[in-house]
Amino acid sequence: MTIANQSNRRAYNYAYLDEQTKRMVRRAILKAIAIPGYQVPFGSREMPVPYGWGTGGIQLTAAIIGPDDVYKCIDQGADDTTNAVSIRRFFARVADVATTERTQDASIIQTRHRIPEAPLGPGQIMVYQVPQPEPLRGLEPRETETRAMHAYEEYGLQYLSLYESVAAFGRIAGGAGYPVLVDERYLMSPSPIPKFDNPKLHQSEALHLFGAGREKRVYAVPPHTDVRSLDFEDYPFEVQSWDEVCGLCGCGESYKDEVILDDAGNRMFVCSDSAYCGDRRVAGHAGPMAGHALDGLATGDDNTDDDAAAVGIEA
Amino acid sequence: MAYVSVKGGERAIDNAHRWLDEKRRGDPGVAEIEVAQIREQLSLAVDRVMAEGSCYDPELAALALKQARGDVTEAIFLLRAYRTTLPRFGMSQAVSTKDMAVQRRVSAAFKDIPGGQILGPTFDYTHRLINFDLADTGPDTKATLASKPLADQMPTIASVFAHEALLETPEADPADGSEPYDLTREPMAFPAGRDQRLQALARGDEGFLLSLAYASQRGWGNTHPLCGEIRMGNVVVEFQPEELGFPIEVGEITVTECQMISNFEGSAERPPQFTFGYGLVFGHNERKAMSMAIVDRALRHAEVGEAPAHAVQDEEFVLYHSDNVEASGFVQHLKLPHYVDFQAELQFIRRLRREWQAARAPGDGLSEAAE
Repeated sequence: MTIANQSNRRAYNYAYLDEQTKRMVRRAILKAIAIPGYQVPFGSREMPVPYGWGTGGIQLTAAIIGPDDVYKCIDQGADDTTNAVSIRRFFARVADVATTERTQDASIIQTRHRIPEAPLGPGQIMVYQVPQPEPLRGLEPRETETRAMHAYEEYGLQYLSLYESVAAFGRIAGGAGYPVLVDERYLMSPSPIPKFDNPKLHQSEALHLFGAGREKRVYAVPPHTDVRSLDFEDYPFEVQSWDEVCGLCGCGESYKDEVILDDAGNRMFVCSDSAYCGDRRVAGHAGPMAGHALDGLATGDDNTDDDAAAVGIEA
Repeated sequence: MAYVSVKGGERAIDNAHRWLDEKRRGDPGVAEIEVAQIREQLSLAVDRVMAEGSCYDPELAALALKQARGDVTEAIFLLRAYRTTLPRFGMSQAVSTKDMAVQRRVSAAFKDIPGGQILGPTFDYTHRLINFDLADTGPDTKATLASKPLADQMPTIASVFAHEALLETPEADPADGSEPYDLTREPMAFPAGRDQRLQALARGDEGFLLSLAYASQRGWGNTHPLCGEIRMGNVVVEFQPEELGFPIEVGEITVTECQMISNFEGSAERPPQFTFGYGLVFGHNERKAMSMAIVDRALRHAEVGEAPAHAVQDEEFVLYHSDNVEASGFVQHLKLPHYVDFQAELQFIRRLRREWQAARAPGDGLSEAAE
């Protein structure tokens, strides 16, 4: 078979994308950095993973990664989530890059919907996977309209929507993807990170790059940029908090995942940032559920959950 | 090779993929299907994969269908993801469907047209009775050869109308030599030009376009279409390398072309005339070509001064949502973990419920405050 022979010889460029495409993406990134919060259209390519699986973030990473980088990839805060595992493996393979779970050790952190708990430092780059780059899309379905609204800095509709939620619920609704104003100019979706993470964007020392593959947009928050979550004087922005501490490490300040323990309504809350939680446990912190099966998984032990994962697919 | 930690998730992924391979193969007691068999005997599936995969390669499309276990949308995705890694050498010359080696050509507008009505290999007029003989391999059928060959050139419906100016003339190629828009390299921009619109429709999902076209026929859009002509056959693709100065033939492709005709009652600027919608797809796919032509015409409402009132006339709605690789990805990404935003939602709903219940509890805050 001629095709079979071809496929064995077929090789991909470093970091999968060809150099011309990388250059095109890098130009879009530079423009995005120059105009914080502005959505730059770019010639997003079809990737070998489906749209919605991080094609925007993958293209940004592919455009900026080099052999000396140390790459971390998280989904919902965790390094061991299936899609994070898959993307990390992709770059280990096509970019021959070292990977890590430690936030502090990573030069590039690709993320779906969380900012790590550990503070980010200068030189680090966060790459966000963005499903819908347009913060106004839920209010105005037309791209032609929303582009004009950004151009004229016409954000009254957004404030009106926040006001309506105050009128309906007594507070500003919205738990994730909470809109921010970048450098007091562009309204931006921080991607569906919980609003808990929004304050981490403000005057961050790291560079934050946002990639939306399907919608073909790139935007950025450069280091030391003002990022303000929208609110009202009498209804100030507030972040989520939990009455419970992390069942594994006892942390009271982190963002939590809820884990259902049985059919009787018992649950425990654990840090959504698995690397942060693991570090704390290694340092001797313990929560009320220390020793639970999840404990080993999050600290990197190759434990019995392997089989559980396989069985999960079978079910 | 860099160090990668191996954990439960990775092993589960590997195991899942092995299982998928086993499922694809099916019962090993049954002979494995060959790519050539798919290419030759499931050729309309191959055509659809090439059309929506935007890549004319029957061999690869057949392989993609095999790998995708016959899931056409998945095969389209495979072909797209491969296509995107290919270098673009340049633009071909515009293909000339006037010079098509026609296999099928019918017009619903006239009983007879120059070049004649050519029925060709069509399902039309077959009685849809399951042919149980096909359950076994049987003797090969050979089509009867016509007594005389078809004309080299078959005039298009546009040229039939030309001397009366009854049908609008299509927008000419830009004379400034500027390259056409390339949907695979540039993001969508609005208002969309004809090049962008037709590219998006040509690779748009057949089912989506079919339903839009159908809706417009039933009154959700105002196209009053009539099939001026549909033709299917082979056209030559030519490419002119910069250093040569003349075009060279690089291959032959099968395409289906459709010209849909609609009434236009005229306006202050333009006399009454027939307008047309255009459809062109890789391979033999009349359902897609006709749907495309109807939707193309519906999207041209501004050019003929019609007021848009329906989804099929809204280019942002149609062009943004016609791509099944994008649509399939975004719909199905909902099965990825959403713990973080769901947790935020849970917190919010639980809080609202507590407040709702408190407000309705007997001896609530209001009566206490009154005391």
